[in-house]
Amino acid sequence: MSDDGARLVGMLRTMYRIRFFEERVKELFGQNLIWGGVHLYIGQEAVATGACAALRRDDYLVSTHRGHGHCLAKGGDIRRTMAELMGRDTGYCRGRGGSMHLFDPEIGLLGGNGIVGAGLPIALGAALSAQYRGSDQVCACFFSDGASNQGTFHESLNLAALWKLPLVYICENNLYAATTPASKTLPLPDIYVRAAAYGIPGVSVDGNDVEAVYQAVSQAVTRARGGEGPSLVECKTYRIEGHCMVLDCHRDPEELAAWKERDPIRMFEGRLLEMGVIATDDIAELRSQAEADVREAVEYAQASPFPSADDLGLADLPAAVVAGF
Amino acid sequence: MYVQALNEALVEEMGRDASVFLIGEDIGYSGGGVFRVTTGLADRFGDGRVRETPISESAIIGTAVGAAATGLRPVAEIMYMDFITCGMDQVANQAAKISFMSGGQVRLPLVIRTPSGMGTREAAQHSQSLEAWFVHTPGLKVVMPATVYDAKGLLKSSIRDDGPVLFIENRMLYYEKESVPEGEWVVPLGQAAIRREGDQLTVVATAYALHKALKAAEMVAGEVSVEVIDPRTLVPLDMEAITRSLEKTGRLLVVHEAPVRGGFGAEVVRRAMESAFEYLDCAPRVLGGAATPMPYSPPLEDACVPQVEDIVAAMRAMVGR
Ligand SMILES: Cc1ncc(C[n+]2csc(CCOP(=O)(O)OP(=O)(O)O)c2C)c(N)n1
Repeated sequence: MSDDGARLVGMLRTMYRIRFFEERVKELFGQNLIWGGVHLYIGQEAVATGACAALRRDDYLVSTHRGHGHCLAKGGDIRRTMAELMGRDTGYCRGRGGSMHLFDPEIGLLGGNGIVGAGLPIALGAALSAQYRGSDQVCACFFSDGASNQGTFHESLNLAALWKLPLVYICENNLYAATTPASKTLPLPDIYVRAAAYGIPGVSVDGNDVEAVYQAVSQAVTRARGGEGPSLVECKTYRIEGHCMVLDCHRDPEELAAWKERDPIRMFEGRLLEMGVIATDDIAELRSQAEADVREAVEYAQASPFPSADDLGLADLPAAVVAGF
Repeated sequence: MYVQALNEALVEEMGRDASVFLIGEDIGYSGGGVFRVTTGLADRFGDGRVRETPISESAIIGTAVGAAATGLRPVAEIMYMDFITCGMDQVANQAAKISFMSGGQVRLPLVIRTPSGMGTREAAQHSQSLEAWFVHTPGLKVVMPATVYDAKGLLKSSIRDDGPVLFIENRMLYYEKESVPEGEWVVPLGQAAIRREGDQLTVVATAYALHKALKAAEMVAGEVSVEVIDPRTLVPLDMEAITRSLEKTGRLLVVHEAPVRGGFGAEVVRRAMESAFEYLDCAPRVLGGAATPMPYSPPLEDACVPQVEDIVAAMRAMVGR
């Protein structure tokens, strides 16, 4: 298979892994084996997958509250990711972080974030550090339409543009922020046009088309690596599930159905079949492999112990506070 | 229910006073707020008075400050107390100080409502109890209702108050049920409530910790006679009620879920040393959260705040049992 063929198949594999992972997370939440604020990535797989395919392992990634897909696409260990969501000691953060706070410095993953918009200034720092050290690493900063209304968005783009930082802003415009439609929070429907205010390139791509995301982000990465500064790539996509497990919002059933028609995985499968890069059998094989990976991750997590409170490294847990007062 | 009581308070105050309006994320036609406190209000009052905003905490609080300074009575919602950090300049440097700095020319009748607390396994950025920050900031009133009755009565008083009020709700209490009277009532700011009478130990407990302390007091009933006080408002603090109780019991235990270090409990102890030193039979104690960000994993999270057993142990230890 050509290099390009391998890349395409690799992207399909990643999308399956994310989709099956998320479906399983939903079940596990229903069984009370995962808790708290859990935001599924179903429907947006093409964004993380296409973008991360344009990144090197040592490039940085600043994630969000909806970050399982970012972690897996960047090359995160599926078992450690699942173990973290299940609160186990073998998880990425040893049970301290959970769904919204996945970190893996080995792959440049600088964390999810429970504070909307808080990653944007942090991305500045990672990009500055790369520039400062004379490294050619870039930082990909994921955020969504809602976050683009935080002051941090404007502060970050302004400074990155001024200092020509190696940053790629990837806006996943999935049309909702919690229960609020983007039409009620954005004066213009497009976010990429805001790039013009900072004199940097802004483009809009079909976020359900993994190859389109890959191409756009690749261009932005090349520019950033070449010392030409930041870009803003707006990926138009859709959040298929509710905002989080316990909070949905009213969405027009027709709108939802239309976006389900544009399922990024099915679209890509079709494209690869047409191109002759894969055959139907390969699809079945890839899917069952991804399913097996997820199954194994859950087994691994379930077999892992919970962390012990003795390990919090604190002399002053509440009971001790009384004793030691 | 607590959440319903808050909703009723908003309905009644908006009905009573046309200058009251709401501002916050997801609070209008889209959602009613993530905890549904404002459900139905947009239908009732329209989106001119229930103003749904982008995710822009600084703008939400700033808008409330500017509107309050110019004659309105905004009630801003910050979805989780943790997110108030994004609007902190507007709270601490603007809202808290404008009245003072203007020599009293500007009144700032605004309420910031926000849920806090832990117990929902949402990790370190969604589980904080930040009341001590605001107790420490001159210029703010800090209200923390622990019961359904107080949720309504204190919110109404807060809206009618002429200064900035931080109104801290507790997420674990939203679905707490309690039978309450029909119709309107207000609970004045600055008046503590004695939730249980006793004569050996005074326990001052806030928000969800109050419920734990009451359970603990029940468990040691017959062994230790515990008086449980709910301060209801941390600023102003009803120190008189606490002092009166200490005169009777001679022992003070403060319980809260926020970290003990530099916390509200330390403040109660300080004030008790000034007002009630001569009544005290033993050193006061504070039982509160660990000095750690809140972990995600359930066994870790539970270990970080006082549980009923911890309170029972403290109660026994303090009366020498
Ligand atoms: C500062 C802050 N405000 C509010 C929230 C609550 N919240 C969490 S996710 C979210 C919606 C975010 O929308 P968007 O940025 O569009 O991301 P999406 O969930 O659509 O991926 C909100 C309001 C938060 N976590 N942090």
